[in-house]
Amino acid sequence: MSKALLYDATMCIGCKQCESACAQQNKLPYGDNVAAESVQSAHKYTVVLTKDDKFMRRLCMHCEHPACASVCPVGAFHKTKEGPVVYDVWKCIGCRYCMVACVFGQPKYEWQSLNPRVRKCIMCPDRIAAGKQTACAEICPTGATKFGERDDLIREAQDRIRQNPSTYRPYIYGLNEVGGTSVFIISSNKAEDYGYPSLAKIGDTPMPEYTGRVMDRIPDFIPVWTLALGGIYWISHRRDEVAAAEAEEKKQNGSGK
Amino acid sequence: MKIKLTFWKVVFIVIMALGLYSSFIRYFRGLGAVSNMTDQFPWGLWIGFDCLCGVMLAAGGFCMVGAVYLFNVERLHAVVRPAVLTAFLGYVLFIVGLLFDLGRPWYIWHQLIYMNPHSVMFEVGMCVMTYTTVLFFEFLPNVFEALKWTTPIKWIKKIYPVLIVLGILLSTLHQSSLGSLYLIMPSKLHPFWYTPALPFFFFASAVAVGLAMTIFESTQSAKAFGRHLELSVLVTLGGALLVALWVNALLRFEDYFRRGLIRQIFKPSYEAYFLWLELTLTFVIPITMLSFKKVRLSPQWLYLASICTVLGFITNRLNIALIGFETYVGHHYIPKWTEFSITLMIIAMGFALFGLAVKYLPIFPDERVPVQPRLRTETAPVVATPVLGHAGD
Repeated sequence: MSKALLYDATMCIGCKQCESACAQQNKLPYGDNVAAESVQSAHKYTVVLTKDDKFMRRLCMHCEHPACASVCPVGAFHKTKEGPVVYDVWKCIGCRYCMVACVFGQPKYEWQSLNPRVRKCIMCPDRIAAGKQTACAEICPTGATKFGERDDLIREAQDRIRQNPSTYRPYIYGLNEVGGTSVFIISSNKAEDYGYPSLAKIGDTPMPEYTGRVMDRIPDFIPVWTLALGGIYWISHRRDEVAAAEAEEKKQNGSGK
Repeated sequence: MKIKLTFWKVVFIVIMALGLYSSFIRYFRGLGAVSNMTDQFPWGLWIGFDCLCGVMLAAGGFCMVGAVYLFNVERLHAVVRPAVLTAFLGYVLFIVGLLFDLGRPWYIWHQLIYMNPHSVMFEVGMCVMTYTTVLFFEFLPNVFEALKWTTPIKWIKKIYPVLIVLGILLSTLHQSSLGSLYLIMPSKLHPFWYTPALPFFFFASAVAVGLAMTIFESTQSAKAFGRHLELSVLVTLGGALLVALWVNALLRFEDYFRRGLIRQIFKPSYEAYFLWLELTLTFVIPITMLSFKKVRLSPQWLYLASICTVLGFITNRLNIALIGFETYVGHHYIPKWTEFSITLMIIAMGFALFGLAVKYLPIFPDERVPVQPRLRTETAPVVATPVLGHAGD
C-alpha cells in the first residue's frame, strides 16, 4: 500500500524540529544559521515558513505521476510502490531537466560541488522499508505532520475539514494537483500564499502526459517517415535512372542509323 | 615558418585564452562558480545557446542533404559539402557544450545503459548521438578524397541511401524533440512561447535556419577563402527561405490566433518587447527583404537577409530558454562573463575547424577531385562566375 504524509498547518507550532530531524536523517548540516534560511536548497530539503503568524511546511510532494522521473534521460528518479519518489545518484548525469520540469520546484542542485548531486526530500525510504515513519513525522510534537496510508490520510483530512469547517479552508492541497501527490496539506489559509502553485495554474493532468502525448507517437512515426523518405529517394533517383537509360537508348539508336 | 598575426587570429587567441580560464573555473570550482545558474534558473545560456541554437544552426546539413539527395535538386549540389561540414562540426561542438553544461559529464555514457524511453531528453540524446555518427560518415568521403583513397569512398557510396534516409529521419526527430523538451513546463514557460505546437515550430524553424545558414556560410566562405559560388544556388536557397519563413510565420500567428493571444502579443510588456524583437528579426525584416526580386537576385542582400533570419531564430530560442522563464522565476537571469566566454570559445572553435577543413579537404566544388559521390546522368557545364567578390562587405 502507498504511504503518504498529511501536513495540518493549523496544528503546526513552527518549532522546526522537522527541519532538524530531516537534516539529521539525511546527514545534512543544521544549526541556527540553517534554521534561519527560509528557502529550500541542496542542504535543506524541507522548510517551515511563517506568514501572519501562521505556518506552512514545504517539501517534495512525491507526485503520483512524478515529472522528474518521466523526464530523467537515465531514469535516476523513480516512485517506489510505497510512495516515495527516490533518486539514484549513481545514474545521474547532471542535466537538471528534473529541476526545470518539477512544478513544485523541489529538486535542488549542489552548485558548488565538483561532482554535484540533485537533492530533494526522498521521504525516508529506508525508514519506510523498515516499517517506521518518516523522520519529520516521528519528531513532530503536535502531530501536524502525520505519516500513514495514503487513503487513510485523505479520509482523515476530509474528516478534519468536515468537523471544523470554521478552522479549515475546505481544500486538500495535493489531492488533485498534477494528478495527485503523496503529500497533503490542509490549512486555514491558502497554500498558494506560501509559494505552492495553484491548481488553476498547474492543473490536474499528470505532468508526464504533456510529453507523453508526443513521445507515444514516435514508435509509429519512425516507420512511416522512414518509408516516406525512402520512397521519395527511390522515386527521385528512379527518374534519373530512367532518364539515363533513355539517353543511352537514344544514343544507340542514333549510332545505329 | 613564420605565422602572420592577423586581427582575427588575435581575436581567436584572446577568446581561446579566456575560454580556457573559464573552463578551468568550470571543472575545478564547479558550476556555481562559473555560471549564474541557480536552483530557480537551472538551465542557462549553455542550454539556450549552445544546445538549442547550436542544433538549429547545424540544420543546414539535413536540409541540403534532403534537397540534393532526396529531392534531387541538382543545382544545390555545390553547397551540400559545406552544409554537411557545418552540421558535423555543429553537432560535435554541441556535444562539447554539453560536457560543460552537464553536472557530471563523465557519466554522459549512462545514456546508453540506463535508458528511460519516456524521457524526451533521452530521445534527443540518442538521436544526436546517432546523427553525429551519420554525419561523420557523410563527412568522411572528404577525408578519403583528400587522401585519394577510392575504395572506402565506394563503400560509403553503397550505404549512402541509408545514411541519407537515416540522417533526415533522426534530424526530424531531434529537431522537433528539442521543442518537446519544453512541453512539460506549461505553468512555467510564458504563454507567448509555450504551446503544444512547440515541436512543430522547432522543426519548421530548423528548416528555415538551415536554409539561411547555408546561404550565410557559403557566401561567407566564398568571400573568406576566395571561392566562387554560382548565383543560381543562392537564388534557389533565397526563394526556399522566403517560403520557409512564410510557413513559419503563418504557423506562429495561427497558433497565437487559436490560443486567443493576438491582442496580448501587441500589448507592451517585458515579454512582448522580446517577442517583437524576435518577430521583427525572424519574419518582418527578412520576409520584406526577400519579397523584392532585387534582393533575391543579389548575393549581398541575400547574405544580409540570411543573417537577419539566423539572428531572429536565435532570439526565438533564447526567448524560449531564458526570457520565457523570468516571470515565473520572478527575477532576471544574466549569464556570467565566464558563461559567455565558454560559449564564445565553442563558436571560435567552430570557425577555426571550418577554416581548417576548407583548407585541407575538398569541401568546395572547384577543389573536388573527379570522384563523384553520386551517380550523375549528365553534367551541365558549370560556369563559376565570381559574383561573390564583394558579398558580405
